Amino acid sequence: MSDRQETYAKTVELIAPFNKKGVAITEATRFAQDLEWDSLTVLDFVANVEDEFDVLISMNMQAEIETVGQLVDALERLKA
Amino acid sequence: MSDLFSKFDPVIQQRDELLGAGYTDPFSLVMEKVESPTVAICNGKRTILLGTYNYMGMTFDPDVVAAGKQALDDFGSGTTGSRVLNGTYVGHKAVEQALMDFYAMDHAMVFSTGYQANLGVISTIAGKEDYIVLDIDSHASIYDGCALGNAQIVPFRHNDVEALEKRLKRIPEGAGKLVVLEGVYSMLGDVAPLKEMVRISKENGAMVLVDEAHSMGFIGEHGRGVAEAQGVMDDVDFIIGTFSKSVGTVGGFCVSNHPKFEILRLVCRPYVFTASLPPSVVATAATSIRKLMNSADKRAHLWENSKRLHAGLRQLGFTLGTDTPQSAIIAVIMPDLEKGAAMWEALLNEGLYVNLARPPATPANMTLLRCSLCALHTEDQVGEILGMFAAAGRATGCIS
Repeated sequence: MSDRQETYAKTVELIAPFNKKGVAITEATRFAQDLEWDSLTVLDFVANVEDEFDVLISMNMQAEIETVGQLVDALERLKA
Repeated sequence: MSDLFSKFDPVIQQRDELLGAGYTDPFSLVMEKVESPTVAICNGKRTILLGTYNYMGMTFDPDVVAAGKQALDDFGSGTTGSRVLNGTYVGHKAVEQALMDFYAMDHAMVFSTGYQANLGVISTIAGKEDYIVLDIDSHASIYDGCALGNAQIVPFRHNDVEALEKRLKRIPEGAGKLVVLEGVYSMLGDVAPLKEMVRISKENGAMVLVDEAHSMGFIGEHGRGVAEAQGVMDDVDFIIGTFSKSVGTVGGFCVSNHPKFEILRLVCRPYVFTASLPPSVVATAATSIRKLMNSADKRAHLWENSKRLHAGLRQLGFTLGTDTPQSAIIAVIMPDLEKGAAMWEALLNEGLYVNLARPPATPANMTLLRCSLCALHTEDQVGEILGMFAAAGRATGCIS
């Protein structure tokens, strides 16, 4: 697995506990529209992602991230 | 043409449903007459006020009212100008001096509202390369201060010391850091663990701003707030406060010991580009602040009121926002908005006004009946309030 694939797999794993509706996750899955997460869910999820990858995802960055694929890309940049 | 107002349709619909169900609109109450800090006439009915943030009951203090009247006579109804142009009178300097004396701090800067104080200070001191780390449950004025500025915004879980520390440690080396906290969080009335949070912030090289809007005048030996009560005043860089709660009028401020603090008067846009407070307002504020310095007895009585209401409501079977009374705010958690509106209306019919708080202003989408006590609520009134909660709670099925 490439580094990005690993990051993607880990991200999907972190989404699972918050995926209450059992939405099938792809790179194109949108957090707000498809997963229907509210701000508190986002906070908890982001905290888990930050802890897992030891990065900081500011609200400014979050505003630019709509899909799972965009989050993985952002994580790749942050880890670099 | 697309209607710019269509984005408000969900709110309009929610409101229509609530009013359609026959409930009184909880957001358009009119007070016809205000008799005292604790009693008003609403819909022709004598109503006990339990949702005003008038913690120390200064709004009708004879000295405070007299100072305002005198200032109206001496200086007129308004300044019609910015603090940095024609809007600074001796009264504005006097209220800033009163704040410096109250907090024992070197600098004080008065804004036209508390909202503007947060907006101005936060947006101005944290710039593009800086980081603001803030509690997720922060007040709207703090978020708006963040939105007005250009800093990176990093929220952490409410009152979670470890979450704050982790985020501070991940901020890139050399970046400026501002940690924004509140002494008392106004929705649930809970207090922040400032002692640990301020220590951790300092250990990680951050400046600390604490909003003490809901604790001024009441919490701490001198009424300086939660930072005083927890012994960390010296490590707090900026305290933000308001005149619209314990002080009993309107206005906001920031106090600080930072040696370069005064430059904010020239660079802080929400301070510069608005008219200053009217002379009567700053005169009432200064008089009130000086009286609050010597109000230990009132503080003690307010604590008694808070403890008694908290214990009484629990005994009746209501679910409260905190396990123990931590401030003068006691939040009663309602199962949903409809029940909340029904209970709010039933209380009003009993002759009691509380705040109905609902999402998105509330944490975790809760509907709250928020009670804020006053040092001038008598023992009898607290008893009356508990009786009204019992009757309204049973009538609406909130308690059995």
